[in-house]
Amino acid sequence: MNRRAYRKVKNAIFLGLSMLATLTGLACLAAILWTLISHGVTGMSWHLFTQMTPPPGSEGGLLNALYGSGAMTLLGILIGSPIGVLAGTYLAEYGRTSRLSTVIRFINDVLLSAPSIIIGLFIYEIVVVKTGHFSAIAGALALAVLAIPVTLRTTEDMLNLVPIGMKDSSAALGAYPWRTIVSVLYPAARSGIVTGLLLAIARISGETAPLLFTALNNQFWSTNLNAPMANLPVVIFQFALSPYKEWQNLAWAGALIITVSILILSISARIILAVLQAERSSGR
Amino acid sequence: MAIIDPRHAAKQLIYERIFRAGTLAAAILVLLILGGVALSLLRGAWPAARHFGFSFVTREIWNPVTDEYGALAPIYGTVVTSLIAMALAVPAGFGVALFLTELCPPMLKRPIGVAVELLAAVPSIIFGIWGLFVLAPVLQRHVQPWLIEHAHSIPGVNKLFMGPPFGIGILTAGFVLAIMVLPFIAATMRDVFDTVPPMLKESGYGLGATTWEVIWNVVVPHSRVGIVGGMMLGLGRALGETMAVTFVIGNAHRISTSLLAPGTTISSSIANEFTEAVGDLYTSSLIALGLFLFLITFTVIAAAQALLRRLEQRVAV
Repeated sequence: MNRRAYRKVKNAIFLGLSMLATLTGLACLAAILWTLISHGVTGMSWHLFTQMTPPPGSEGGLLNALYGSGAMTLLGILIGSPIGVLAGTYLAEYGRTSRLSTVIRFINDVLLSAPSIIIGLFIYEIVVVKTGHFSAIAGALALAVLAIPVTLRTTEDMLNLVPIGMKDSSAALGAYPWRTIVSVLYPAARSGIVTGLLLAIARISGETAPLLFTALNNQFWSTNLNAPMANLPVVIFQFALSPYKEWQNLAWAGALIITVSILILSISARIILAVLQAERSSGR
Repeated sequence: MAIIDPRHAAKQLIYERIFRAGTLAAAILVLLILGGVALSLLRGAWPAARHFGFSFVTREIWNPVTDEYGALAPIYGTVVTSLIAMALAVPAGFGVALFLTELCPPMLKRPIGVAVELLAAVPSIIFGIWGLFVLAPVLQRHVQPWLIEHAHSIPGVNKLFMGPPFGIGILTAGFVLAIMVLPFIAATMRDVFDTVPPMLKESGYGLGATTWEVIWNVVVPHSRVGIVGGMMLGLGRALGETMAVTFVIGNAHRISTSLLAPGTTISSSIANEFTEAVGDLYTSSLIALGLFLFLITFTVIAAAQALLRRLEQRVAV
């Protein structure tokens, strides 16, 4: 084979493999979604939202688990996101170039990819061991720790995107930095910061590992934050690995609910970001 | 009315100090969290470290009845599953990144990019049940018998694929991990490839190079640091991944040469046994495993971040 033909064939082979890799990736996503829909839809019914998780071998719903997941995710975001937003503000405004900020940025990026089960062990050690029992509070704290790096990162990025002229105009009117940040920068970066919150909710609402030994699980309805609380991911974990058909069906239904909600959150976050970018490039 | 009311100005200054201190405190809290994680794990792991000493790392035994624990099997499982995942996901992630930056029609670039990112957003536990109920049976029926049949006459390799095809085991865990880290590797590499100046690529094409030659001789050398950074970020994810692995690995505390055999990893041992662990030594041994995982992933992720940061600075200049 002459050199030219050899190069052309080599080119075709590698580009073909690259396309194959992309198709495989997309096929995996499609396969997962298809499995969830085909298994999950059979278990979908109103009982899911009106009944508690059942004892083995009987029918029931996921109400307590849905409530627990919602409550702990909400609490986790309420605790975690203010810390993330404030810390992001420090990095973007007060300590932009300081050495401390460089270190914090680095540590934050490490925390962003740290294994969530480690965070679970951490909260177990400092909350569960100290209080002597598993609790929804401990679960929410573990989720809060996971939410901080996401909100911090997006807040810093979004504040950096605000045109410097807006900041200067505010300062020229004699406003202190805090007044500029609260009245000018936050409103200007609002949709970006909200995107960060959505991403953080998407990240923590599917987390299982950090809840296993903080919130544990609870077969019954409980709104006591100081006691173990049911939550969707741990219920899916327990039910999917059980030999009972009813439990497995509930696990699939729960898996479908959780995945669809997370995908909707992630897609909305991306739409907001895309709109934001379009506005910026059109020079609004 | 005076333009500047001194009382108002004084109040503003106080608010300013409070707000500034608040943001600083939140920023420092991030450091404290990492320090707290390290300290609490050290303290929790202390009883096991004192009791077993260095032999904790070198022993395979894991026996709650006689209260004897060694970390070798989980560490082995963690490393091997991650290596399998990397062997599959790095070439695939490279391919996806390549497709998105060089080959993809502009109209499809965004939807396919988003689809890959969505794969990263799917929770770990979903990969777990999908792996157990869909992927494992497929591997058991079609892939593993083929491997056993074809590897058995090759010396060395046959040891890796011995025994019955369980479906679940080290190999399946590696497959699931590969699918999970693929989007992270692909997204990082895509971003890195996007930073290659078009002028460099055009020069390659101008010399008559094929697309692949431009990629291999221009894009790859230019983005070497970022490629390694992306790989290590993926490795960090694979090492610490918990729920998906717990579903498909089989949870057996032993080391076997065969990749088809069930095994365990650090994170799946903790996930499976922590709430059932009775006795201080058992709990402490599991926390000691967690400490290892923390040290390993921290090193890998920190190295990845350092590499990617160096790249960002180069781009900024």
